[in-house]
Amino acid sequence: MADSTCYHCGDECGKSSVQFDDKDFCCNGCKTVYEIFTSNGLSTFYEIEGKAGTTPNEIRQKYDFLDNEEIAQQLLEFNEDGVQVVGLSIPTIHCSSCIWVLENLNKLHSAIKVSQVDFPKKTIRVTYKTENFSLKSLVLLLGSIGYEPYISLEEYNKKRKKVDRSLIYKLGVAGFAFGNVMLFSFPEYFEVEEFWLDQYKPVFRWLMFAFSLPVVSYASQDYFISAYKGIRSKLLNIDVPIALGILVLFLRSTADIVFDLGSGFFDSLTGLVFFLLLGKFFQQKTYTYLSFERDYKSYFPIAVTRLKKNGEEENIQIYNIEVGDRVLIRSHEIIPVDCTLIKGSAEIDYSFVTGESDPVLKESGEKLFAGGKQLSDVLEVEVLKSVSQSYLTQLWGNSVFSKDKASQFQTLTDSIGKRFTIAVLSIATVATFFWLIVDPSLALNVFTSVLIIACPCAIALAAPFTLGNMLRIFGKYKFYLKNTNVIERLAKIDTAIFDKTGTLTTNQKGSIHYEGMELTEEETALLKTTLRASNHPLSRSLYDILKSNSIMTLEEFQEHTGKGIEGKYNQHSIKVGSASYVGESKSNPVTNTAVYVSADQDVKGRFVFKNTYRDGMSQIFNELSDDLELGILSGDNDGEKAQLQKVLPEKTKMLFDQKPGDKLEYIKSLQGKHKVLMVGDGLNDAGALAQSDVGLAVSENINVFSPACDGILDASMLRMLPKFIKLSKRSVRIIKMSFLLSLCYNVVGLYFAVTGQLQPVIAAILMPLSSISIVVFTTLATNYLGKELKNLES
Amino acid sequence: MSVIYVLLAISITVAVVFFIAFVFSVKSGQYDDTYTPSVRMLFEDEVIKNKDKSNSNKKEIKQTKSTNQ
Repeated sequence: MADSTCYHCGDECGKSSVQFDDKDFCCNGCKTVYEIFTSNGLSTFYEIEGKAGTTPNEIRQKYDFLDNEEIAQQLLEFNEDGVQVVGLSIPTIHCSSCIWVLENLNKLHSAIKVSQVDFPKKTIRVTYKTENFSLKSLVLLLGSIGYEPYISLEEYNKKRKKVDRSLIYKLGVAGFAFGNVMLFSFPEYFEVEEFWLDQYKPVFRWLMFAFSLPVVSYASQDYFISAYKGIRSKLLNIDVPIALGILVLFLRSTADIVFDLGSGFFDSLTGLVFFLLLGKFFQQKTYTYLSFERDYKSYFPIAVTRLKKNGEEENIQIYNIEVGDRVLIRSHEIIPVDCTLIKGSAEIDYSFVTGESDPVLKESGEKLFAGGKQLSDVLEVEVLKSVSQSYLTQLWGNSVFSKDKASQFQTLTDSIGKRFTIAVLSIATVATFFWLIVDPSLALNVFTSVLIIACPCAIALAAPFTLGNMLRIFGKYKFYLKNTNVIERLAKIDTAIFDKTGTLTTNQKGSIHYEGMELTEEETALLKTTLRASNHPLSRSLYDILKSNSIMTLEEFQEHTGKGIEGKYNQHSIKVGSASYVGESKSNPVTNTAVYVSADQDVKGRFVFKNTYRDGMSQIFNELSDDLELGILSGDNDGEKAQLQKVLPEKTKMLFDQKPGDKLEYIKSLQGKHKVLMVGDGLNDAGALAQSDVGLAVSENINVFSPACDGILDASMLRMLPKFIKLSKRSVRIIKMSFLLSLCYNVVGLYFAVTGQLQPVIAAILMPLSSISIVVFTTLATNYLGKELKNLES
Repeated sequence: MSVIYVLLAISITVAVVFFIAFVFSVKSGQYDDTYTPSVRMLFEDEVIKNKDKSNSNKKEIKQTKSTNQ
């Protein structure tokens, strides 16, 4: 039994499996989903991909705010005549079974008309009739089958932004023009003296001119804009020579056909723009379902329940909370404001704020900070500060959150672009002066030829293709970067700073050890039996480590939510829970979560849950210490300093008791001399992540949580980090090699240009040839690097 | 040889028709999600029909849902 996995979600069932229909389930939730699916003819779900389900969470009243029409209206895309359309983001979508079942929602409820999944974005659009149905019922229905939608303040605030498809249009226009112009210019490549060809030359030429008009005026406008911006801020970026090249190509070609000097370079012009846009398109790969811009808004609920003076409940928007309001916080809701606990026992998970996942117990009268998640029952709290002024949200007032790292970083391409532009302009001038003396009639021809042939198409393509491909390869290994710019920045870093809790430690398999009077065998058995009845996560992990085989039938069992549990058998009783619950008066100030045990009213001792360090941590540090300076910034006390010093390289700097603001300042102070990589996980690292040159968030589950950052790294892949950094450095080397390669082409081209023999056909061959060879070279080289990752993984 | 005008006109018209089709397909969002349709097209009507059983169960589910609320 212990080895069986859940038929629905594939998790290990452990000892508490539920059997139904000859199948094992890990919990009742999974069983219920199975029942819903099979009874509605949706059992194919399990055939498309086995064990692909998700355990549903209990959501109950969490979505009551959707009854508030004003709030619901903001979320709806369309609402008229009893039909509503809503787009919801569902982070748990992960396989084809998910797509199938979500697109068959209409089988589960007749009011649902159509549902369509966008897999890469992990969203679903549902059209439904409002008769006997509502947004809330839809959300609850989705929740009940394990696809709880993610509705956040962020979503609520954002204006329906239009999808930007302009790049696809531009690519289409350029490709369309390129193909046609190629065909029209083909006859003239051979320069055959043929009567009819000569007769119709002007027709073909003007057609080419017509096709290249939209390319210059529409498809390539980004390059002109970027070049103009660059020149205005006195920066010669790579777009300056490109824009210059496009402009000269067009003017020279037009002049050629107007004065009947030749067929012009329209084919090269359209081809150039097409290839450039292709590079841009390739670079544009984004992980749309991941958000790299999250701040606290993504995690806060949209609305909360406020208690009116007369005891009535009402749902209000979170921004309308005022100081002094009484607010209800339900189980698994996030506390949106700093407040004082009035009623109920709080068990707060502050992992969003601190990265520390073990819940903290609070008594009434104590202060609760915004960002914590209530785990047990309902709380009544009094608001101390409004949303924007809470401890956590204040951090976002810091100016680092409004700066754009990518725009401040000078990419390799841009730094080359500057030298390149200067070189090309000087060659063009020298050559023109030379010809002005030797043969003035050729001077203008040479000047434009140089600018045309030197148009750095291949250089501009090297970085997008190398980095774009690298981005995809990293993505395969669960290392998701915000954009290609991050790889270049990653290649430059010389210092790496790590957060401790949550980043280097994991709560997945925390070690538990016991302190206090030894428990007798009988007590252990009773304790285990009592724990068996509880579903609390701490009980479950404690249950798993206790060694006792005798299972008894309890005479009495009581669960006091937020406090503890009690079991009675044979006149013995045992209590497990918080210090105050079991009667321990002095709750020792420990940083770790502890569960206290008392037998027959005597306090016996406590189980302390400790985080463990991730596998291979010291190996990661040793590998990194070859090239980088390392450091640890922790919000915890220095209790584990000695232990860390033992396993980590000697030079590793360690700083403890760092508040979010301190972390930010520390990174800032380093940046005078260093390029800093910050690796963190919680919102408490958010400031440091934003300030650092590259901020990476380590996450156990990439869909659930990560603060604003440049990249998200799946926790299981942390050991690959040294390799990722190394490969980033090598990709930059690939780009440099491609620059050399394309310079070779340019030298050949410049020979023709400077000597005044540049024919359209030479440009038409040289330009695509250089572009394609760069694309092939970079793709092969990056795939070769990708292979190394594969070897490392296996 | 002036037939070449006709040929050119025809070929350009065909090309432009395809171009317009492309623009429309982009506009209608066909290029927004290039993955899901590839999975979707492989699904058939796999819903297992079990009329009387599913109908009676459906009602039950609606009830469990309402208790959730």
